[in-house]
Amino acid sequence: MKARDLTDLALRNLREAILRNALTTLGVAVGVASLVAMLSLGVGLQQMASKRLSQSGLFDTIFVTTKNSFRGMGRPQREGQSDKPARPLDEDARHELEKLPNVIEVYPQVRFYTEVRFNNKPYATVVAGLPESSRNSGAFEGMQGNFFSSPSAHEAILQIDFAKDLAEKPASLVGQELTLRYAERQAIPAASGASSNEGETPGGFSIVPKELRLKIVGVVETEPAPGYGGVGNARLLMPLETASTLRAAQVNDLREVVRGSDTPNKVTYASLSVRAKSPSQVAVLEASIKNLGFNAFSLLDASKSLQTFFSVFDSLLGIFGSLALAVATLGIVNTLVMAILERRREIGVLKALGAADSDVQQLFFVEAGVMGFLGGIFGVGIGWLLGRAITTGTNIYLKRQNLNPIELSSVPLWLAIAGLVFAVMVSLLAGLYPASRAAKLNPVDALRYE
Amino acid sequence: MSDRQAAVQLEHISRHYHMGASSVRAVDDVSLMVPESEFLALLGSSGSGKSTLLNLIAGLDRPTAGAILAKGTNLATLSSWELARYRRNTIGMIFQSFNLLPRMTLEENVELPLRLAEVERSERAGRVREALERVRLTHRIGHRPAELSGGEQQRVAIARALVNRPKILLADEPTGNLDSATGEAILSLLRELQTQMEMTIVMVTHERPLAERYADRLATMGDGKLLSITSAARGAAQ
Repeated sequence: MKARDLTDLALRNLREAILRNALTTLGVAVGVASLVAMLSLGVGLQQMASKRLSQSGLFDTIFVTTKNSFRGMGRPQREGQSDKPARPLDEDARHELEKLPNVIEVYPQVRFYTEVRFNNKPYATVVAGLPESSRNSGAFEGMQGNFFSSPSAHEAILQIDFAKDLAEKPASLVGQELTLRYAERQAIPAASGASSNEGETPGGFSIVPKELRLKIVGVVETEPAPGYGGVGNARLLMPLETASTLRAAQVNDLREVVRGSDTPNKVTYASLSVRAKSPSQVAVLEASIKNLGFNAFSLLDASKSLQTFFSVFDSLLGIFGSLALAVATLGIVNTLVMAILERRREIGVLKALGAADSDVQQLFFVEAGVMGFLGGIFGVGIGWLLGRAITTGTNIYLKRQNLNPIELSSVPLWLAIAGLVFAVMVSLLAGLYPASRAAKLNPVDALRYE
Repeated sequence: MSDRQAAVQLEHISRHYHMGASSVRAVDDVSLMVPESEFLALLGSSGSGKSTLLNLIAGLDRPTAGAILAKGTNLATLSSWELARYRRNTIGMIFQSFNLLPRMTLEENVELPLRLAEVERSERAGRVREALERVRLTHRIGHRPAELSGGEQQRVAIARALVNRPKILLADEPTGNLDSATGEAILSLLRELQTQMEMTIVMVTHERPLAERYADRLATMGDGKLLSITSAARGAAQ
């Protein structure tokens, strides 16, 4: 029989016992809804976690340091580390890194301990320079105030805990000014009068206390992409360009002097952050950087662990969600087996008129498939509504707790399609036994059936 | 008669059923030739094996032994799918209880074999109307079986059986549920259609007088065996 005729007959049969078939379809819909709702929570949570992490910039960023960087107090030296001077992280290295494929940007970690004065009170803190690209990272969504007005603005964004140290109401700080006191690195004229190198004269540098007034433009929850091997999370953020022009003395300056570098007067960086186009390119990029003779570190492994966790989490949610669908499957089997009993004589007539076993089998399959399809459509819709209801309920609670709203559930297109396909597949599977049983009916016995 | 080719030829057909330890010989070594365009009536008491024999000719059942040649094809060698095709294209069947699908209109009931035979949709309406015209029921085309009398329902069943233009019409007690006048009208219609369409008809009945009036030959069965084959009055007249 042609597909259209099969579908016509199947729909007619379904309409014939409309209440029973509607209830069975509703059962499928509830099953699919529970599955979709569960998975939408899993997907929503995963998206929320991924968004937060991508906002932090951790998973597409590689932290590059020199081979002979300190590993930290009490930690063993790296294997194969020799006295041979390592490649310095200077401007040449920065340009070389910028030329690597799939690199969006390379920026130095400008990060230093310093003192901030506000209302004539001193506060010790860590200052970090933020590249302009941070503006679009999403980390500053929902911040109090604004991002820097320009890459070279004399402005500051405070981390919320630091802001709370400065004032009871962090929001009130926006628009006020604070003073940054820092140690500027100044070149010492060479005794021998040797040729200059990048504006600095061989012979080292001196440290000069300086001050800079910064206007507070915003307060943020956390700093995106905290540094590694550096000096911890910064509590005062300023434009990277502004921070660089301060020429504030950093940890590596002292290290280079202590190590007797050939070019102690040349600008080097404690570390450089290399941003890849996507987290998937981080591994290859990391290997390329290591080949250039630098240490490279990323949180890719942590990202993989997170993906594994969510895969397991989603699977568990899927299994729980599928339980209702499994019950609905039994409903389909029951409905179709009942239909075989009721339509036994009709099956006999169809066979007497020339229906092949496969025609009868397909007829029952299509009926199961139609119930699955309709149940799937309604189920995806109900599942989406359930997810929205849970999100709305959660957000009402969060609002009462003075917390920001979250997008707890998400039904992406793939989940809607997968829910629908799964419903049809499961229904066809449920129709397997009844369809096969109907096809095998002996037509002579079926025609005798009263 | 002997000049005509065989529409159906049964060669030592047996159909045995096993019921526990015992074996029931529903049809026992029956040989019979039904020529083309013949109206054969199968007579016999209940349990004589006539309906079983009809089901074997219809390809709804398979013989335990022997060969059934329908239009030269041995049904015993056909697969299940080929037997279904044989039922679609070569034979038409009518039953004592009409077996119309109650939720379908007359048009839809008659169209059903066309759907199974995958006849183009554009052709179907004409074929359905033609079949209903033959049984003079076009004016009831949109009605459902329950709205028709027994005789009308059987006429619809005949239209359904004829819509694929079969060569052989198999009728299982077609007058069994009808009063005598309606039964006679149905047989008269069958006879008329047989002549028009040059069909072979094999009809199971236990109404000998009717069979004698309308059939060409009468085959009488008893205990699964073919007891006799005689020419009916009509057949003798020809």
